[in-house]
Amino acid sequence: MNKILLIGNPNVGKSVIFSRLTGVNVIASNYPGTTVGFTKGFLRHDGKRIEIIDVPGTYTLDPTSRAEEVAVQMLDDIKDDEQAIVLNVVDATNLERNLHLTLQLIQRKIPMIVVLNFWDECKHTGVSINVEKLVQELGVPVFTTCGITGEGIKHLVDSLDQVNVSTLQFDPDNIWNEIGLIIDKTQKLTHRHHTPWERIGDASIHPIAGIPIAIIILAISFYIIRFIGESIIGYIAEPLFDKLWTPVLMKISGLLGGSGFFHDILLGKLVNGSIDYVESLGLLSTGLFVPLGMVLPYIISFYFVLSFVEDSGYLPRLGILIDKFMHKLGIHGLAIIPMLLGVGCNVPGAMATRVLETKRERFIAATLMAIAIPCMAQIAMIFGLVGEYGVGAIFIVFGTLFVVWIILGLILNTFMKGESPEIFVEIPPYRFPYIPGLLKKVWMRIHWFIKEAVPFVMLGVLVVNILYFSGIIQFIGNLAAPVVKGIFGLPKDAVGALVIGFLRKDVAVGMLIPLGLSKSQMIVSSVVLTMYFPCIATFAVLLKELGIKDMLKSAGIMILSTIIVGGILNLIL
Amino acid sequence: MNRIPLIELKKGERAIIVSHHGGRVFGNRMNSLGLRPRAVITKISSQLFRGPVTIQIGNSQVALGHGMARRIFVKRIPDE
Repeated sequence: MNKILLIGNPNVGKSVIFSRLTGVNVIASNYPGTTVGFTKGFLRHDGKRIEIIDVPGTYTLDPTSRAEEVAVQMLDDIKDDEQAIVLNVVDATNLERNLHLTLQLIQRKIPMIVVLNFWDECKHTGVSINVEKLVQELGVPVFTTCGITGEGIKHLVDSLDQVNVSTLQFDPDNIWNEIGLIIDKTQKLTHRHHTPWERIGDASIHPIAGIPIAIIILAISFYIIRFIGESIIGYIAEPLFDKLWTPVLMKISGLLGGSGFFHDILLGKLVNGSIDYVESLGLLSTGLFVPLGMVLPYIISFYFVLSFVEDSGYLPRLGILIDKFMHKLGIHGLAIIPMLLGVGCNVPGAMATRVLETKRERFIAATLMAIAIPCMAQIAMIFGLVGEYGVGAIFIVFGTLFVVWIILGLILNTFMKGESPEIFVEIPPYRFPYIPGLLKKVWMRIHWFIKEAVPFVMLGVLVVNILYFSGIIQFIGNLAAPVVKGIFGLPKDAVGALVIGFLRKDVAVGMLIPLGLSKSQMIVSSVVLTMYFPCIATFAVLLKELGIKDMLKSAGIMILSTIIVGGILNLIL
Repeated sequence: MNRIPLIELKKGERAIIVSHHGGRVFGNRMNSLGLRPRAVITKISSQLFRGPVTIQIGNSQVALGHGMARRIFVKRIPDE
């Protein structure tokens, strides 16, 4: 045996089992020819290295979505591979529904093992399952586990060799009858009272009580994100840069003579005789400080909090609460997930639009996100810079973006052909997240930022310097002056920031400071910088997800709405 | 007992699913999450303005759009 496919319904704790079985080297990739992602890792056992594939969660082998199609394709891929087996992860508290997939797998005559996960939860949910009888009925080995505590995992790994092909025969058209018979023989249900968690669960989807609960959860999340982000900056990032890095840079500055071409590219211009990490604009000063010192702390805290909320099971409930409203914008409630992810960084947000079923929804969600959802990098900079003009100014910036998000959604929904499908989703019970699994997920989410943001910021800073030295920026500035000056009311120099905004929005916002903008100019430029185009990394992902034609359409919408919104803001402020 | 569309159930009422009206694909989707004929369900909540309906089935909860809930017919189970 050298390959194991982990397959099961969504929300059965499959990824926790996966994370228990595999080590640190987990590879996330797309199934060839699709945008459906899956993860792959390795289990070391008895000196063997077994590949473990976490198949996208599926309820059925009669696919009803792209993720389910991929799950079926993955099963087809191993049909003739004698070294591959299936681990069917089953939610023991939901045996009846889960057996539907199990019996479909049995029909395919693949060597398999059934894993009854959440075994510990059976007791308080009033479920009792006779495992020995279940083994007899299904004709494959059955093991019980509790992913969160790791109970049963070792026994499962030691028993992988017992894998078996079932000889169970039944009429596929009467699969639910067969399941009913198996359930009657193996499961007993006892009545029980609602647990406090379930009461909270019901309250959070109550049509009226649910709304204040949602506001409280989002407010607490926001507060924690700020607290963690500011703490990392205040106690770790800034001291490290000030105490350790600044002396090094000042030494280099001295060696290079305090100014000149190389000095300015590497360290930037000195402000009042020392390095200013935001304004100096050198590769080693601003180029390192903006991504690592200002933005990364917020990225970490944002994805930590969001992943916590996600793993606890709240997001589908939020999706249901706002579903009706989101349908007015042409997307259903679950589209809140890519939107929230986009607040961290638009790149994972753009990738998460895949959870939406139709092309129309993906187009609307991706366009709305790219235009109106600023990423954490930009939010951090806007807070830092526009904040000087007071809370009111910040409120106008984000308020405008929110209004744009709604109005543009209404317009797209009215004018685009087709309808968006209705929501249809299982709501998992509230659970306390499995922290090591959570940390793995947070790491995978910020990994992209670390890998891509630092080089892009450095490139951005380099390009700024070259453009200024060569006079190109002044040239573009003259060309774009009618729009920038005439419509947005911004000085010609702001063009530099708009050019760099293609590379990195955070650096671009930083470039606005030395221009000495007024309050209203600062607001207009922050809004324009958010809306006019996604950063190049998001652009690349959107191009892949939407295709060239739709991306061009989307870009057209972006530019047009920026001109309109920037113009209006300039007129009324 | 008369068949009624799922949306007419009140909060907390139990019912048994009788049939789906929406073609094979719709039926398959409903079946895959356990919303099959003869399954027993309890209504948990429905959102305002014809928003999604949430039901309990076995130990799991499923939310479905108003339009879908109209195409599922059920029979009320009277309280014992």
